[in-house]
Amino acid sequence: MEIRPLTISQIRDGLLARRFSAVELAQETLRFAEAQNPATNAYLLFSPERALAAAARVDEQIARGDDPGPLAGVPVAVKDVILTKGVRTTCASKLLAEYVPPYDATAIVRLEEAGGVILGKTNCDEFAMGSSNENSAFGPVRNPLAPDRVPGGSSGGSAAAVAQGTAAVALGSDTGGSIRQPASFCGVVGVTPTYGRVSRYGLTAFASSLDHIGPLARTVRDAAVLLQTIAGRDPLDATSADAPVPDYTQSMDGNVQGLKLGLPREYLKDLTSETGDLIEAGVATLRRLGCEVREIGLPATDYAIACYYVIATAEASSNLARYDGVRYTFRSPDSGTLSGMYRHTRGEGFGAECKRRIMLGTYVLSAGYYDAYYLKAQKVRALIARDFARAFAEVDAIVAPVSPFPAFKLGEKIDDPLAMYLSDIYTITGSLAGIPCMSVPCGKTAEGLPVGMQILARHFDEPTMFRLADAFERAQAN
Amino acid sequence: MKIAEREVRYVAELANLDLSEAEVHKFQADLDEILGHVERLNEIDTTGIEPMAQVLYAAHYAVNDTATLRDDRARPPLGTDVALANAPQSGEGYFKVPKVIER
Repeated sequence: MEIRPLTISQIRDGLLARRFSAVELAQETLRFAEAQNPATNAYLLFSPERALAAAARVDEQIARGDDPGPLAGVPVAVKDVILTKGVRTTCASKLLAEYVPPYDATAIVRLEEAGGVILGKTNCDEFAMGSSNENSAFGPVRNPLAPDRVPGGSSGGSAAAVAQGTAAVALGSDTGGSIRQPASFCGVVGVTPTYGRVSRYGLTAFASSLDHIGPLARTVRDAAVLLQTIAGRDPLDATSADAPVPDYTQSMDGNVQGLKLGLPREYLKDLTSETGDLIEAGVATLRRLGCEVREIGLPATDYAIACYYVIATAEASSNLARYDGVRYTFRSPDSGTLSGMYRHTRGEGFGAECKRRIMLGTYVLSAGYYDAYYLKAQKVRALIARDFARAFAEVDAIVAPVSPFPAFKLGEKIDDPLAMYLSDIYTITGSLAGIPCMSVPCGKTAEGLPVGMQILARHFDEPTMFRLADAFERAQAN
Repeated sequence: MKIAEREVRYVAELANLDLSEAEVHKFQADLDEILGHVERLNEIDTTGIEPMAQVLYAAHYAVNDTATLRDDRARPPLGTDVALANAPQSGEGYFKVPKVIER
């Protein structure tokens, strides 16, 4: 049985035509994924029991003649920062190596209700902090297209699984680019929805005002269908938006004639030449499709990295305070006293990047520095959001690179934290503004490394973003 | 130097992080470099700009502070056994920790 890699609609057609069952598809994909995993380390854990139970429910629904749901039988990989009841969720941290959540994230509940089949949990940077997936306590992920290179991060395992065909689609999380950058490095589609579009209930908190759950997929359509099932108001997350969720696939009619697009000049300065050439060719394609492309300015961009690494680390230092040896599985054996337990548990449990960010976040929030760093960064964040608001008064969407360069080599940047942070420059601005943004494949370098084009749109205007991405994807295929 | 070794140790204490001597020196160098970059925030004029803590207000979405709160209704909690299931040490329905008062 050769049943991969299939799209969501191919899986649905195959199931309804009885060419294969959901259980067969789950078994075959699990077999393939387990065989492939040593090459990439994309999965930290497989959940065959849960997968086969979900697949069996889909098969029963089809046998009864019921609608099996929009994600019927679709094999899904889930980043290991998203809670799955009864299935170990480690956040790629030694601290949570044995943690078994007592509840499911809302996104998990919704995707299973829609017929999705969760195959397992994917590797990532520890607590989603990193841009290369090298900060996992359980070893790095290798890029399936170039094994000596990183898959990007922090959702590196999810991107690698989708690129490798060991899952049809995946859930990732994005705080400053952690879905879009790995999608770009692995040549798949990755979507960071509007902040509040998808409930964060059950997403392990890194920086609460910036955290998003979003889809990774091999096609724009699959990403849109997955987002459709997980989006919408959730009473368990007060920051989830009470705005209606439009039908995303309906907007994907291929017609982008007359769409006004902005090309931010600040995003074209520091590209490696091949990335620049590919983005330029992508923009030419969009012009051919009838889009009106004009240059725009987003002047606060130069301050975005500084702004982000103050706000994100400040929030992280607070969110990670809960890992203290009392509630979450790991306690240092060197815990003679209560304060010793706190210090040793955290000192031994967190990896270097988490400690660095906890230190930076604690510093910028500490007495005497709060105004100079944290409050100032919040004001700069408002300026970055204002840049976008002004741009969107003139254009319908913004196109830009995702990363200044394609996938880099394992070990290349791990000893230079600032260089690693600076590589997030083009994704961080959209995160700070909370607007929807995505990465869509935009060709490959001579060496065969994928490059992603980023599309950014107005708050809650995922339909325009998907319409443009889908039209671009079709044009690229021709 | 943006940050002295003394400050690194103080911040580690605030964060309840036990650091090795090597980590203290590494983080001093790293934080110094990162804070050097963060300094550029001072170049941009933010006079009269309100700090932005939340995205959805900026998106003119939420009409009032309580619009997104759920109804205040009791619902069954996880229960003691479930809540304690991941504790490194528990007993009699409680989380157990080392002695709090040190002598």
